[in-house]
Amino acid sequence: MRFFFSSTIGRSFAIFAIALTAACSDSNNSTPEPEPVVTTPPDPEPVVNAAFEVSVVNLTLGQPLSPIAAVVHDGDFRAFTVGEAATDGLELLAEEGDNSGFLEEASGRAEASGEAPVGPGASDTLLIELDGDDVSSAAITVMTMLVNTNDAIAGVNSLDISALAVGDSVVMNSVAYDAGTEANTEQAGTIPGPADGGEGFNDARDDISDQVTMHGGVVTASDGLATSVLSEVHRFDNPVLRLRVTRTQ
Amino acid sequence: MKKPLTSLSLLAALAAPASATDFDVEIINLTRGSWFTPFLVAAHADSARLFMSGEPASASLQSMAEGGDIAALQADVEALNATIAANPAGGLLAPGQRTMASLNTDDAPDNTQLSIVAMILPSNDGFMGLNAITIPTEPGRYVYNVNAYDSGTEGNDEVVGSGAPGEPGFPAPPPVLAASGSNGTGITASPEGFVHIHRNVLGDDDISGGASDIVNTVHRWLNPVVRVVLTVN
Repeated sequence: MRFFFSSTIGRSFAIFAIALTAACSDSNNSTPEPEPVVTTPPDPEPVVNAAFEVSVVNLTLGQPLSPIAAVVHDGDFRAFTVGEAATDGLELLAEEGDNSGFLEEASGRAEASGEAPVGPGASDTLLIELDGDDVSSAAITVMTMLVNTNDAIAGVNSLDISALAVGDSVVMNSVAYDAGTEANTEQAGTIPGPADGGEGFNDARDDISDQVTMHGGVVTASDGLATSVLSEVHRFDNPVLRLRVTRTQ
Repeated sequence: MKKPLTSLSLLAALAAPASATDFDVEIINLTRGSWFTPFLVAAHADSARLFMSGEPASASLQSMAEGGDIAALQADVEALNATIAANPAGGLLAPGQRTMASLNTDDAPDNTQLSIVAMILPSNDGFMGLNAITIPTEPGRYVYNVNAYDSGTEGNDEVVGSGAPGEPGFPAPPPVLAASGSNGTGITASPEGFVHIHRNVLGDDDISGGASDIVNTVHRWLNPVVRVVLTVN
């Protein structure tokens, strides 16, 4: 709207200037003046913001995914590094499925969050629009929690999307990682998902080692962990989700 | 016999595509609770293999898979003029940790394949196996996910025991012993007879008894167990 108004005002001024010129030429009729050339100022080049569509498919049988967090950032950010401790924001995401702290830490160029968990077999699609179209250092990170676990996460960690042309897609599978911030007891009261409805975030870091690794899978009561609130339907294998990133503009 | 370089052959040399004669190998233990014994990293000819899925393991592979001893495998591939890095981590590689090796095949251009093996602890005869991937010739960074295999040479009884080929149980150096259970009665199992993708350890939730000395909430894994990052210079 702002552009429309300023353009109209610009044209009015142009017409006013032409009228003035005509008036001046009337006062000096000894030499015929060339017809004034009416020119419309060229429209400014439209800026098309780069935009990416992120779609996530939950490949598991019994692990809803917490609302998907997706963030486009420069290539230096990492959601985590295997062998290093999880950040506080990742711990919150991994133990409770709350991605707010994680997205804040990422402080990317643009971000999106799913509005609801993604059930087994279901999918969700998010749209991220950047300010401007420079993607020369753009990477994308997508994170979610497998909510019927103590602290399992999955997604993609700083995928380079700088070479994606409009209309191009990249598809990849994700394995499950363990945030390393909570022991995998699987006990009642420790798992926030519907299998338990237990505690989410707890700032104690009581896993065997405070570091992110791959996840070893859930054991469950059906497979030898008597104190587990989980059953065999909550087991999973890799990959746990499929991800497609499409550049839409 | 070496010919002197003419200007023409010099030009040809300059125009030749970059060859993968110099590369770095980063090995990352992705697992939550498993150690790796010393790695054997070998660039070798396409005619050589450290193991074949579906086939019985060699005695040398068995020594590596049951006890972490790479000496025999190393001798095997050195006899075939392989370019190797042995034990880059200088002992056990702990969960989540990484190590690096650098190889140069300038003197052995036939060594176009890369294989890496190391035993998984705790396990009876599990090992990680990167099996003869073709080393890229374009400079760049290449990532490989590596799966866990079972050598098929020892029954997976899952109790602390011996690392000697043919003897039951798994060897337990100090950090592995500290993380393992004890007094397991042993899972009834026999050697499977051929190399295959490992079906994972079973473990149990009884740290001081039960059938297994492996802890089910700590030592199970899902593939891949190792990530290898190859940087061709």
